[in-house]
Amino acid sequence: MKGLTPAIWKLIGQSTLQTLEMVSLSTLFSVLLGLPLGILLCITSPASQGGIRPKPVLNEILSRIVNILRSFPFIILIIVLFPLSRLIVGTAIGTKSTIVPLSIAAAPFVARIVETSLKEVDPGVIQAARTMGSTNSQIVFKVLLPEALPSLISGLTLTIINLIGYSAMAGAVGGGGLGDLAIRYGYQRFRPEVMAVAVIVILVLVEVIQFIGNKISAHMMAKR
Amino acid sequence: MQITLKNLMRNYENVHAVQDVSLSIPENRIFGIIGLSGAGKSTLVRLVSLLEKPDSGEVWYDDMRVDNLPEKEIIQRRRHIGMIFQNFNLFSSRTAGQNIAYPMEICKYQKDEIKSRVRELLELVGLSDRENAPISTLSGGQKQRIAIARALACKPDILFCDEATSALDPKTTQSILSLIKDIQRKMNLTVVMITHQMEVVRDACDYVAVLSEGKVVEQGTVKDIFAQPKTNVTKEFLSHLTTNTANVRDDGVVIWSDVPARYTLRFLNDRVETPVISDIIREFDVVFNISGAGIQKVGDTKMGTMVCDISGPEEAVKAALEAIKERGVIVEEVQA
Repeated sequence: MKGLTPAIWKLIGQSTLQTLEMVSLSTLFSVLLGLPLGILLCITSPASQGGIRPKPVLNEILSRIVNILRSFPFIILIIVLFPLSRLIVGTAIGTKSTIVPLSIAAAPFVARIVETSLKEVDPGVIQAARTMGSTNSQIVFKVLLPEALPSLISGLTLTIINLIGYSAMAGAVGGGGLGDLAIRYGYQRFRPEVMAVAVIVILVLVEVIQFIGNKISAHMMAKR
Repeated sequence: MQITLKNLMRNYENVHAVQDVSLSIPENRIFGIIGLSGAGKSTLVRLVSLLEKPDSGEVWYDDMRVDNLPEKEIIQRRRHIGMIFQNFNLFSSRTAGQNIAYPMEICKYQKDEIKSRVRELLELVGLSDRENAPISTLSGGQKQRIAIARALACKPDILFCDEATSALDPKTTQSILSLIKDIQRKMNLTVVMITHQMEVVRDACDYVAVLSEGKVVEQGTVKDIFAQPKTNVTKEFLSHLTTNTANVRDDGVVIWSDVPARYTLRFLNDRVETPVISDIIREFDVVFNISGAGIQKVGDTKMGTMVCDISGPEEAVKAALEAIKERGVIVEEVQA
């Protein structure tokens, strides 16, 4: 453990902050992209699956795009998106530029999670809202989203945890953060203790996020 | 609001869910539509409540044709329709009070107005103390009461009840039915009740239409239909009718008098069929006033129960009671 000098600890601290920055911002952007997409996927699906405004062609197209993005290997996606990162952030390496591929990789995941959560809402409740004269947007914002909220929170927890994993992977192509640290110091410079600490920090982050997510979800369910 | 249906038709692929239904639903009445599952009731209610458009035919509310209105106007029209369901369909993300507030929120009522109307409605359905209760903490009957309050929030002129009591036990069913009847009178509502229970029609409706295989096979006032059923479908429904559950005690005794009686006589096994009462009346100077009776099976034996008063000269009553007991009848006396 003598390899863990104060300088290294400082580096670990910085990397942790970088990871947190990457994960929180990419969570935000992936939700901004994925939430509307998920809502659209849900409401345009066939009426038999709970679609309140079926649009078969649009639904099919969106569904295909989401599937393609989801099956795309993440590490390849980062490289493919280098030009886009450069366009948006001005550079293709570092923490900020990694947020672009992270957000785009997680958005379809968020979309599917939102879609599934919304489709789980009791069709009878939606029917009741329709008989009362709700418009489609009232059904989405006043019925579907609030009814699905505990399930959405669980989905969000899952998304954040996935993004922590992805952000570590982004380290392999110069993305910064704990993954980057583990690879550059731990692997390439043969300092397993640095790698171990980086991994432990990631594990702790995941545990904390999961714990908080479960707590919020359980708290909501208890009030229903 | 009077509802008129003209030659309604709705098919799903090869299923003729509703075929050629014409009905005239009078205003300010409770109109029952009864049918077995698969008879087309649910489709019919979806057509009448403007949730679905018919393949052909017309739906009229008073003098206005409503089935062909553009979507925007249909949404406006729906805001004046109340509907309650078998599974209550309350929002689990909202408390009881917030559920009642929902239709008023979408109709853009003022906040204060919503607040006071929620209170008013909670009082109407007898749940004033449950305003902030989460839905999962309510019983089935309470959920349906909240659903009724929610359905009435925007002062509808029609209330549809889609199997509204089918998930409730007989006692709760009765209390919900009497609430609906009460509200119908107070608010001048046209109530359409979709059901498969003849009890509901008998206990709540003024008119009834019998639906079978997507067609109306019989309709009329409940009195007429019960007195003279014409079709086999209707007769079948009537044959399954159980006794008026409100008057049946837990031990199966049917009580038809509101005056509590003093004696309960229990006849066991072989004595069920001997004319004990007739014998006693002939022998003693007493009169029986029977207010309730029933037969129960207890294991392998039958037990008859009779709730009655015995009146006459005190001596005669005493002697009669002794004689009854002598014949093996168990006599229980309620001390006045």
